[in-house]
Amino acid sequence: MQKIGVFVCWCGSNIAGTVDVHAVAEAMKNVPGVVYATDYQYMCSEVGQQKIRDAIAEYGLTGVVVCSCSPRMHEATFRKTAEKAGLNPYMVEIANIREQCSWIHKDKEVGTEKAITLAKAAVAKVLKNAPLTAGTSPVIKRALVIGGGIAGIQTALDIADAGYEVDIVEKSPTIGGRMAQLDKTFPTLDCAACILTPKMVDAAQSEKIDIISYAEVEKVSGFVGNFTVTIRKKARYVDITKCTGCGACMEKCPSRKGKNEFNMGLNTRTAIYIPFAQAIPNVACIDPEQCIKLKTGKCGLCEKVCSAGAINYQQQDEIIERQYGAIVAATGFKPIDLTGFDEYGYNTCKDVVTSLEFERIMNAAGPTKGQLVRPSDGEHPHEIVFIQCVGSRCTEDAGKGKTYCSKICCMYTAKHAMLVRDKYPDVNVHVFYIDVRTPGKNFDEFYRRAVEQYGVDYIKGMVGKVWEQNGKVMVQGSDLLNNEQITIPADMVVLAAAIEPNPGARDLATMLTASMDTNDFFTEAHPKLRPVESPTAGVFLSGVCQGPKDIPETVAQAGAAASKVIGLLAKDHLVTNPCVAHSNELLCNGCSQCEKVCPYGAISYIDKEVRGPGVREVRRIAQVNEAVCQGCGACTVTCPSGAMDLKGFANRQIIAEVDAICKAQ
Amino acid sequence: MRYSYYPGCTLKTRAKELDRYARLSAAALGAELEELPEWQCCGAVYPMAKDEIATRLSAVRALMSARDLGNTLITVCSACHNVLKRANEDLKTDENFRLKVNNYLAPEVPYAGEAKVIHYLEMLRDEIGFDAIRAKVVNSFKGRKIAAYYGCLLLRPGKVMAFDDAENPRIMEDFIAAIGAAPVIYGQRNECCGAYVTLEDKAQAQKGAKRILDSAKAAGAEMIVTACPLCMYNLTANAPEGAVPVKYFTELLAEALGVKEVQA
Amino acid sequence: MSGHVNLKDTVLEISGVNPRKCMKCGKCSGTCPAYGEMEYHPHQFVAMVDKGEIEKLMASPSLYRCLACMACVERCPRGVEPAKLVEAVRLLVIRQQGQNHMTTDEIPEKLDPELPQQAIVAAMRKYGK
Repeated sequence: MQKIGVFVCWCGSNIAGTVDVHAVAEAMKNVPGVVYATDYQYMCSEVGQQKIRDAIAEYGLTGVVVCSCSPRMHEATFRKTAEKAGLNPYMVEIANIREQCSWIHKDKEVGTEKAITLAKAAVAKVLKNAPLTAGTSPVIKRALVIGGGIAGIQTALDIADAGYEVDIVEKSPTIGGRMAQLDKTFPTLDCAACILTPKMVDAAQSEKIDIISYAEVEKVSGFVGNFTVTIRKKARYVDITKCTGCGACMEKCPSRKGKNEFNMGLNTRTAIYIPFAQAIPNVACIDPEQCIKLKTGKCGLCEKVCSAGAINYQQQDEIIERQYGAIVAATGFKPIDLTGFDEYGYNTCKDVVTSLEFERIMNAAGPTKGQLVRPSDGEHPHEIVFIQCVGSRCTEDAGKGKTYCSKICCMYTAKHAMLVRDKYPDVNVHVFYIDVRTPGKNFDEFYRRAVEQYGVDYIKGMVGKVWEQNGKVMVQGSDLLNNEQITIPADMVVLAAAIEPNPGARDLATMLTASMDTNDFFTEAHPKLRPVESPTAGVFLSGVCQGPKDIPETVAQAGAAASKVIGLLAKDHLVTNPCVAHSNELLCNGCSQCEKVCPYGAISYIDKEVRGPGVREVRRIAQVNEAVCQGCGACTVTCPSGAMDLKGFANRQIIAEVDAICKAQ
Repeated sequence: MRYSYYPGCTLKTRAKELDRYARLSAAALGAELEELPEWQCCGAVYPMAKDEIATRLSAVRALMSARDLGNTLITVCSACHNVLKRANEDLKTDENFRLKVNNYLAPEVPYAGEAKVIHYLEMLRDEIGFDAIRAKVVNSFKGRKIAAYYGCLLLRPGKVMAFDDAENPRIMEDFIAAIGAAPVIYGQRNECCGAYVTLEDKAQAQKGAKRILDSAKAAGAEMIVTACPLCMYNLTANAPEGAVPVKYFTELLAEALGVKEVQA
Repeated sequence: MSGHVNLKDTVLEISGVNPRKCMKCGKCSGTCPAYGEMEYHPHQFVAMVDKGEIEKLMASPSLYRCLACMACVERCPRGVEPAKLVEAVRLLVIRQQGQNHMTTDEIPEKLDPELPQQAIVAAMRKYGK
């Protein structure tokens, strides 16, 4: 004889405002199987939990239904409550009468009726629940960080510092990422390389960190604590164990027309190259698109001059497979493509550049050796216009751009403007802005300094048209505070282009079964309370791949992600979810459909002697690896013969819920 | 290849040469232009108000007629193209407009924007191909610096017109290159000439024309080409002294193909 | 002229524009080629319609300076379409009895031999009913 208790939470006025919680409790008292029902202001409070424990003891409850918020919030709380009172934790069901009921209804009568229906469905389910026991799985004490920018480097350093092994997979030939391309950093104006390169060196020297550069993740399988990752190490045609980074090959290489990615294509590089002086690893890499030897078979100059004998034109991509307990995505960002934004003249005027290009122009190691000159003619500019929000804050029906604020542009534009005025007081600097957003420590003071001390001319309004005429870049825009349309004949224009996640991030998210938003930023498990975890267990987020952020925020998030990884790797075993699939051997027809849809590779087929009423034969049947199964249920809905079922969410339980809802109508 | 052809009022009056050269060139390129029977004025400007139904009907009649003939509809005048293309898009996307149009005109087969409307330049680019044109050039414009003037109507709204990149178009430059000349890109090529405001405020139209002509001149243009009779008017009749001369693109095409003097 | 008709609602209805989408960046007025000839500029049309100041706009010659060139519509990052507001307010005026801004009587004096038909039809459409 089952004895079910129903506990209806008010959640203050969150539920009680649109649901008559007392009426719900009263109605549930009449449902067969229910022996006790009550309501309380906050079921999740200590007092509320005690009410549940007391009722379990007093009424000998065999199952509990809590009508409250989403199970994502407090299912674990109430399971622990029940367990303390001696009930199997999987005999607790949650009826979500907040997110799926009170919050979406305005009419209290309707809300109450729906809450009763949902509670009845939960009772119907819990009546068919069976006690479940969680198993354990071992944790592989090694982490993978995907992306070697400041986010990835900091995450890896912090994990290594706690004594765990960590690999960084970086797709370009060196770690460093976007931060390595920056000249100075706001709001302190320290040189980016001066603060980044020590961290790069630390990563390289750490015994715990393995930097796998010029490599990409190709496949991920497994689950939290036990991932198997396939990594493609792209052929660099240089033996990294032999190359000394002397650079003799670069001096002799006759192919000099490759786009210099590090300098945002503002100048060229040789086919064999080291991206920048402080690159790590400091070894050369051959660009097969540019290398004359690889394309035509003739040349081989680099091989001749390499005294270390490191050149190997026969090198092939190498596939490696490694096991990890945790994975951190730190794939970073890029500025958006400005095709379609030519009202700002980016593709038609050489002297219109993006802010990241401007970083390279201002940098001593950049294409102009840090001299501020116009890309078109190398002349010193006297009038520079910065345009903010290029492609940020656009609506979808505008047909181009991103809906979000890119967050970093206000500050880096203030930085650029200030640096220009500091180094070249003869240059007039104008900034067209919509809003200046500076909510960071010492940020607004920094921006005000640009205006008040450095005399940067901030103009409230947007630019409507940029074009080239008589050697000038004409900038026509609104000065809203003066209610004027103004045209500034400038020498250079710098566009604060919106940033977006790196294009490979979506493929990676698919491999990791990590979710993304419509802008391809990784989604966090909870926007406020679990900001560095993805909803997929064992996958963590670091840096701009989760949303626009500056360096201090990125470093803070990297540390947070690392601490989550460390917390995971510190455990020897993880408690597994007992709600896993299992196959009924008698019903399984061996069709392999479930094996094909399983995203975790948890299902395999074996030949097994099946015994049943009148049956005794060897059949090919599905078998679930319970340690790998994540309980997603894809197999159960795919199985044509009804052999596959999910513990805790059995087909008969789901049907019972549906029946209860239909009967209630 | 056979096409339906919508010349529009101005091509029958002030801009006869635009029409004549369009027909001669099409014939030389193997495109058969069949004038739409009993076409009416498109309305000259696209009515933007949602409740303007009647003012869009003559455009709809032309579109229906093209649908019934089963051929792609070719336009030359930018204004006609803008009105026909946008009215057609309304029929595809605005259910209320579609319903009212069909109730009012009561065609045998209801119309929902099935006709395909393309501009003559799109025919050159997408149907004939600039390479094919290049191969047929007998009088090359080699050495000439020619600037394209797009104006507004061919390009905007970009999503509806889908003519080219509305902010950095290249179709007319590609055309200029195909007839052997060097295309000149200048900033004001897709800004307004002054349009119908020339009747309201001549000075405003003159200002608009000057801005465009100065921009083209500064970029080194010897000549400007346009597709629109109203642009032609503003860039010539409202032009300052010594401005860059303006021609219809069809005239250059006919000359390049060696059919300019052919009597139709 | 206001009285029983809500002018703002009428403008919003016939234009199909939602001025609340505007983030007040001023790009429309930054790009407008008729800016210098307009008393109220495109961004002001959006703001004033939103505030319900329709009568001021109806009395302004700005209504007849807009070129309907669609630059503001094309370049607005928020998809607001200011030109449609100008058109809607202009229609509020010229649809009233005797309020045509330009009539056929005025055309002959404006004619010149080169003026294309499309200019006359366009002007009659924009300035009268």
